[in-house]
Amino acid sequence: MAEVTFRIERFNPETDSEPHWEDYTFEPKPGSTLLDCMNHIKWYMDGTLTYRMSCRSAICGSCAMKVNGGGQLVCNAQLDDHLGCHVEDDRLITVEPLGTFPVIKDLVTDFTPFWERMHAVEPYVKGTDYEDGDKETRMSPDDFSKIDPASTCIACGACYSECVSFDMDKKFLGPAALAKAQRIVHDTRDHETQERVERLSEEGGMWDCSHCFACVQACPKPVKPLYRILELRREADKLGVHDNNGSRHARAFVDIIEESGWLDEAKLPLKSVGSLQEIMTDLVPMGIKMWLKNKYRPNPFHLLPGMHHPEVPKMNEVTKIIEKTKHSHQK
Amino acid sequence: MASHEPEAIKGMPGKRYAFYPGCVSKGACKELKKSTETVCKHLGIELDELKEAACCGAGISDDVNEEMTDALNARTLAMAESRGLTLLTQCSTCQGVLNKINKELQRDKKKRDAINEILEDTGYQYDGTVEVKHLLWVLIDEAEYGLSRLKDHVKNPLTGLRVAPFYGCYILRPSDDLGFDHPHRPTSLDELISALGGEPVDYNGKSKCCGFPIQFMNPKNSFAMAGTHLTSAKKQGADTMVTPCPLCHLNLDERQSDAANVLQERGKLSGSIDLPVLHVPQLVALALGYTPKQLDMQTHIVSTKHVENKLSGVAAG
Repeated sequence: MAEVTFRIERFNPETDSEPHWEDYTFEPKPGSTLLDCMNHIKWYMDGTLTYRMSCRSAICGSCAMKVNGGGQLVCNAQLDDHLGCHVEDDRLITVEPLGTFPVIKDLVTDFTPFWERMHAVEPYVKGTDYEDGDKETRMSPDDFSKIDPASTCIACGACYSECVSFDMDKKFLGPAALAKAQRIVHDTRDHETQERVERLSEEGGMWDCSHCFACVQACPKPVKPLYRILELRREADKLGVHDNNGSRHARAFVDIIEESGWLDEAKLPLKSVGSLQEIMTDLVPMGIKMWLKNKYRPNPFHLLPGMHHPEVPKMNEVTKIIEKTKHSHQK
Repeated sequence: MASHEPEAIKGMPGKRYAFYPGCVSKGACKELKKSTETVCKHLGIELDELKEAACCGAGISDDVNEEMTDALNARTLAMAESRGLTLLTQCSTCQGVLNKINKELQRDKKKRDAINEILEDTGYQYDGTVEVKHLLWVLIDEAEYGLSRLKDHVKNPLTGLRVAPFYGCYILRPSDDLGFDHPHRPTSLDELISALGGEPVDYNGKSKCCGFPIQFMNPKNSFAMAGTHLTSAKKQGADTMVTPCPLCHLNLDERQSDAANVLQERGKLSGSIDLPVLHVPQLVALALGYTPKQLDMQTHIVSTKHVENKLSGVAAG
């Protein structure tokens, strides 16, 4: 096999003021995983290279790092699938520590922020009353299927590496913790569902996710945190936890589609925010700016109660679909 | 060589698409639809607009009603199927939502049957044969329109214009369902910019979220995201930014002064950002010889004067 170059970000807090790149060029064995390559470098080329690894089987979750710019596990990734990503050299692989966590040394990051958020969602079943002598609580296969994907999380942290919401605002619980929260919320043995969903609807919770799919891309397991977050949002809607901008926004969106079949961009913001202050200090100045530039001049008449902008042609077809699916949209 | 004579390129039979414009291009980003139609007409790409299609839900309506969202999108896919056409979007988000449900319906016969049952009274049924493509992909892909044909139409190359490509989310991820670009190291917009004679600018954050989806839930964080990407591009010397998504445009352009305010509060910026943001077809149309006025660029909240000056400076010099 032809040579490859691993360009690895190195940082030793005892000697370095900032990280630097080092190149390792070698001939990998055919069929190597990315972890095989990292091990080759450490064992035969530079013993000072520091990273976490253990099981080599995508079970322990310790070997997540950023490869070619994206967080992922390296033990279950084939080298061949990651070549050809760099325009300047198709035999180049870049490796960096996971993003958003503090770096301890080389590719080893401090997982304290990760575990703090996991603990914050109280990831254990609460409130189950066992009857005398009863040692088990049974769960149907259907019920288990709701918590199965999130249960497969191996806490590798790759999702946090790529989460831009977490990167910008550390109040955000983040992908893996919210997926864990969904796993407990939908666990039939847990008796604090309502309280949990209410807490998870507050600032830093489920509605702070920007729906960017970065965690879905990074996740090496079926967890795919964004999809679990969407399940939490639907649960919140079902349980009537509506008093926040996220829920108001989603419900207004559906209401507007029900009215006219397509989005009314003037009405949506007005129905999404919870206070007159937000309307006056944020939406009105924005609207004026757009009006003056002739970018968007909605008909104010359409904003009056009971009114709406023109319907899409054949709205009756849209209405039929809405009527048939209404049962899953709890009012 | 002989098979690629310019005549053969110019004489390429017009390719026809089922066009799904998306709500934003009929509301707050009308300039996008106008520019797409301008570019497509110029290149001989025929657009059969799906006027009866409903909103795709933008990844939001399924927070409340997933079934309704899936069925409305299946109806849209069925409209393209009944015409025997590929579905064309000009919005990354519409593309992402439609592609996700399309892939699910193609993979999962049981789900397709259930959705078709909901569609029954509408007269539509979906068999899972449609492909969903973004305008950007059609312009790049030689099997569709292709950059080699596009290059042939460039009248005013964007010489000297440093353009920051902003890919955002929906056009890249999840790559298993899309597979056009590498999810971390995309190149399609860069290739387009180069083909138009411009200079692509590399910067951090080009494949990150613009922040738009949390504009009402966590405005500061939303604007911090937009501002961080914009200033990162500006620091690398960008004259303008280009995006394939009108929702990104709404945060990057309309909210640019809010983004600047948040960065100022956080001590990460002094002054304004002042980076014009263009839609993909606007950038293409400029190179095809259209004027900014013809593309309604004067309606952008951040002035695009800098782009005009830069391009006319090159023309004059």
